[in-house]
Amino acid sequence: MAKILASDLAHSYALDPQTDQNWALKPLTLECADGGAYALLGPSGCGKTTLLNLISGLLKPSRGRIVFDGRDVTDASPEERNIAQVFQFPVIYDTMTVYDNLAFPLRNRAVPASDIDRRVREVAHMLELDGMLNRRASGLTADSKQKISLGRGLVRSDVNVIMFDEPLTVIDPHLKWVLRSKLKELHQRIRRTMIYVTHDQTEALTFADKVVVMKDGEVVQIGTPIELFEKPSHTFVGHFIGSPGMNILPCSIEGGKAVVAGTAIETANGSAYRDQGKRLELGVRPEFVSFGNGGIPVEVVKVLDIGRYRIVEARHSNIVVKMLVPEDAPIPQRAHVHFDPGHTRIYEDGWVVP
Amino acid sequence: MNKIVNQRAWFFVLPVVLLVAFNALIPLMTVVNYSVQESFGDNVFFWAGERWFQEILTSERFHASLFRQILFTGIILLIEVPLGLAIAITMPRKGPWVSVCLVLMALPLLIPWNVVGAMWNIMALPDIGLLGKSLRSLGFEYNYTRQPLAAWFTIILMDVWHWTSLVTLLCYAGLVSIPDAYYQAAKIDGARPWAVFRYIQLPKLKYVLTIAILLRFMDSFMIYTEVVVLTGGGPGNSTTFLSIDLVKTALGQFDLGPAAAMSLVYFLIILLLSWLFYTLMMRNEAR
Repeated sequence: MAKILASDLAHSYALDPQTDQNWALKPLTLECADGGAYALLGPSGCGKTTLLNLISGLLKPSRGRIVFDGRDVTDASPEERNIAQVFQFPVIYDTMTVYDNLAFPLRNRAVPASDIDRRVREVAHMLELDGMLNRRASGLTADSKQKISLGRGLVRSDVNVIMFDEPLTVIDPHLKWVLRSKLKELHQRIRRTMIYVTHDQTEALTFADKVVVMKDGEVVQIGTPIELFEKPSHTFVGHFIGSPGMNILPCSIEGGKAVVAGTAIETANGSAYRDQGKRLELGVRPEFVSFGNGGIPVEVVKVLDIGRYRIVEARHSNIVVKMLVPEDAPIPQRAHVHFDPGHTRIYEDGWVVP
Repeated sequence: MNKIVNQRAWFFVLPVVLLVAFNALIPLMTVVNYSVQESFGDNVFFWAGERWFQEILTSERFHASLFRQILFTGIILLIEVPLGLAIAITMPRKGPWVSVCLVLMALPLLIPWNVVGAMWNIMALPDIGLLGKSLRSLGFEYNYTRQPLAAWFTIILMDVWHWTSLVTLLCYAGLVSIPDAYYQAAKIDGARPWAVFRYIQLPKLKYVLTIAILLRFMDSFMIYTEVVVLTGGGPGNSTTFLSIDLVKTALGQFDLGPAAAMSLVYFLIILLLSWLFYTLMMRNEAR
């Protein structure tokens, strides 16, 4: 177990990076507390796997340092860093039995046979692999194989951090849920530092205590799932997390109030705005939009029933607002929409006004 | 459910039936025909029954050729497969050297077989050949036209030179297709290079190695051109392999009956050994 610090870390796959585009990962500083569960969340190509491979030591950073518990490991090999990693596609040693697969990392480190046996049985029990220890690993289903790759990380009792690189990609949908809760349960039990890379917000939000949202090689926001939901610090976070994503409406500001479609709107941070003359947007999640007496006059154009809620799409000229309406509430044809002031924020060039 | 019976389907199978018939079955049947008859000139045939087969199977000459053949194939498999695999593993995976290596490795495969024989014939000449002269100046009494051992040495060297590339290229293709994640996982698990080879590369190469061994087995078991050009089966009969023996019987002595019987036995041996080998390699996959 270890506290992980990535300080001023950056990476480029190009030998001689010139432009911003060349950097797969722009300089960032990230601290993962000992025993925490972290998720790196972002669309494909945002640099999250690069960051993961830098931490595990499979890649050498172009810049910056990586520190485990105060020890600089930037130049250490993955083996020396004593980490575990589960890959997108299950990696198992085909010719070995499940038992031998789990014992492999320990045998490579010349651990005494009796200790190996004890650890392997313990981990197999934890992952519910007990029944298949003597079977050949090659014939198993994808989820069992993924459990084995995870198990190979868990057998080492002193492993510093366990990393997951989109581990559920090849798992059947109905098993994804099972494996995800298993993982969460495992984390609570063994309290190792875990870092989980995914582009699936549900996976990230259910697994992690803290989610690191990334975009174009940059960290956009680090926060708990609730913070990301309630106080997105960037319109990207608002849009990427949540289903449907946050409403982002162009606006102007007059006297501390946002003005959208000629209507003044109370916001949480409007009064903090200092005139910078940049692109201004107002962000509010569909959860915090309701029909009301005052507000923007709209016309309802689309209703989508998703079970407990209906997603209503309302329009005022070219402005479209999405909102959630409870199942039994009436939906008028024409109405005014009201934004909850506590959850409505002004964004300046994408970033929230502090 | 009712099956629809439609005789028209036969028309669609007809082309391939004809192709296989003219290409394999009819020639094979001709050979079967010869193998049970005694032939004289003027198209005179007498029924011989299984006589030629008995003659072949008890013939010392056939046994000797078969033994030489198995020895030769065994030796070149033992050399070419490990060597080819070793070369494939040391070849670069990325960068400009990949294409250089691939072209260099493919070159021997592009040379016609009789040219290979001629090349090595000249190269091994004791007086003027590069190989022959070098060996002699190093103090070896090397003369492949006189010494059976020298002839074998030259033929094996030639075959290794000509065909190791095939094993290398097949193995290289197999190695390149192993995803990076396997190597990364092995690194994280602390695997030594030997363990990476034993538990990742070798199992992943199982299929290509099976194919490589099968191809090399069949080809080397049927080797003809190169040896004929290089040694003509000599000195004496020391490098007379099955195919050379067969040609000597069929065309040299014009014993069509025994030659036909021998061809069939030869064919069955290859078929049997290939089947045996393939079944052994794949026996675990069925489970």
